[in-house]
Amino acid sequence: MTRELTCIICPKGCRLCVEGGDNRLTVRGNACPRGEQYAIAECTNPLRTVTAVLRVSNRCDTMVCVKTESPVPKAAMFAVMERLHQTTVTAPVSIGDIVMDDLFGSRIVVTKGAI
Amino acid sequence: MMHYDIVVVGGGPAGMAAAVAAYDAGCTRVVILDREPQPGGILMQCIHNGFGLHKLGRELTGPEYADIYAQEVARRAIPVLTETTVTNITPDRVVTAQSRHGIVKLQAGAVILAMGCRERSRGALRICGTRPAGIYSAGTAQKLINCMGYHVGKRVVILGSGDIGLIMARRMTLEGAKVEAVCEVMPYSGGLTRNLVQCLEDFDIPLYLNTTVAEVHGQKRLEGVTIAQVDGQRRPIPETRRFIPCDTLLLSVGLIPENELTRAAGVPMDPITGGALVDEHCQTQIPGIFACGNVLQVHDLVDYVSEEAERAGAGAAAFVRGSALLNTSINTQPGNGVRYVLPQTITDTTRDVSLFFRVSHPMGKVRCTVRSGADLLTALPRPRVAPGEMERITLSPDLLRRAGDTITIELEELP
Repeated sequence: MTRELTCIICPKGCRLCVEGGDNRLTVRGNACPRGEQYAIAECTNPLRTVTAVLRVSNRCDTMVCVKTESPVPKAAMFAVMERLHQTTVTAPVSIGDIVMDDLFGSRIVVTKGAI
Repeated sequence: MMHYDIVVVGGGPAGMAAAVAAYDAGCTRVVILDREPQPGGILMQCIHNGFGLHKLGRELTGPEYADIYAQEVARRAIPVLTETTVTNITPDRVVTAQSRHGIVKLQAGAVILAMGCRERSRGALRICGTRPAGIYSAGTAQKLINCMGYHVGKRVVILGSGDIGLIMARRMTLEGAKVEAVCEVMPYSGGLTRNLVQCLEDFDIPLYLNTTVAEVHGQKRLEGVTIAQVDGQRRPIPETRRFIPCDTLLLSVGLIPENELTRAAGVPMDPITGGALVDEHCQTQIPGIFACGNVLQVHDLVDYVSEEAERAGAGAAAFVRGSALLNTSINTQPGNGVRYVLPQTITDTTRDVSLFFRVSHPMGKVRCTVRSGADLLTALPRPRVAPGEMERITLSPDLLRRAGDTITIELEELP
């Protein structure tokens, strides 16, 4: 396998080239070791933080904002969104509240509440 | 008339950080005025994460970042007058505002301007075609989706690849819309690399450079746009016109510092930044009026807004206490490859002063030089520079004392 990607660890934006199979990946184009770590993580287990808004069952003028407390697998982003679209909360909700305990390995935490 | 040490106009990240810094520097009679029902400014609709990495060492969403500063404001019992729109500021620092209780007038020892910026709109672009529903500035769509829970559209074209456009491409996609394309009139994106990767590449959204929206189609609702490549003068090339069906066009085509109050007060402006001319304490050329955050210069990271606002807050507090802000005056100016330098004047050569600047176009390896006449004060190598990323050089008192009356920052391309 050969894959080209852009490093996002710092603004330099190295063009990285990853080659190899399942257990043996080599990275070229990285200016520092962090680039190598990033490229291998992106090719083996890419993770993303998902943020979204939830409806508030007893409010019509506001939304509650949430995020995955830890990053979830990139491939699960749309599945996370689908679950969150089906979820409503009831005010009052405060920043830091936990809405779900385990969604693809992460808790769902409130980032903007509703009084 | 009510008297305050410091009146802060705007309760976004700049206003809150400035108020906290002024309070901590000994000015306890501080007030923040904001036209919205709650403080936080634009952060409240920026639900994505990535805020605070530089300043707080944590990756937060916009509302979380705002909440940290709102708590600092509350801990100091600094009053925040919400739904209060400032309508006038005089050079002798009388602030007039419209509030739910009527018109209020405040006499300030110092005024800190922190009004932020607004988006450039369709009218400023002169796009041909009809005027159907479905054309939004990216920030308006962001507010409708994130704060009010509306679905804005199903098939989307985005014009402008600045960070807001990129963030909205991802946001609309995750909400179930199909983003057909992001068009960028320039030969490069103005957004952070991180956003290009995580907002476009992650979702296979195409980015067309040197491309603009040449025409808008549709009577009641938008039915599609014609995009076209542009020539060297950024004019659409007719042979490259191509129709894309869509029901929504988002415009992310630049931010304009919201300086109507500043101009009306007679504060001299910088035509390049769109903000006031300031010294290193963020003081404008009218003594006692300070400016910070996006109303002074459009920033790429909120972390830098907070830092700049802290300098303005400390400077305003020093002005109120009557400690002389020194008045040796060195002017700064942009040279080859540099669009602007801020602050435009330096008044205190006894402390480190940071100069912030933006380059005029992306370049590979460069050397940023700081010269005073023929004297090379310092030089800084950079592996890569881009207009979307603000650069900084800090000058020590030793270097400042060597400088004459003008400092020039220039770029030299390296092989």
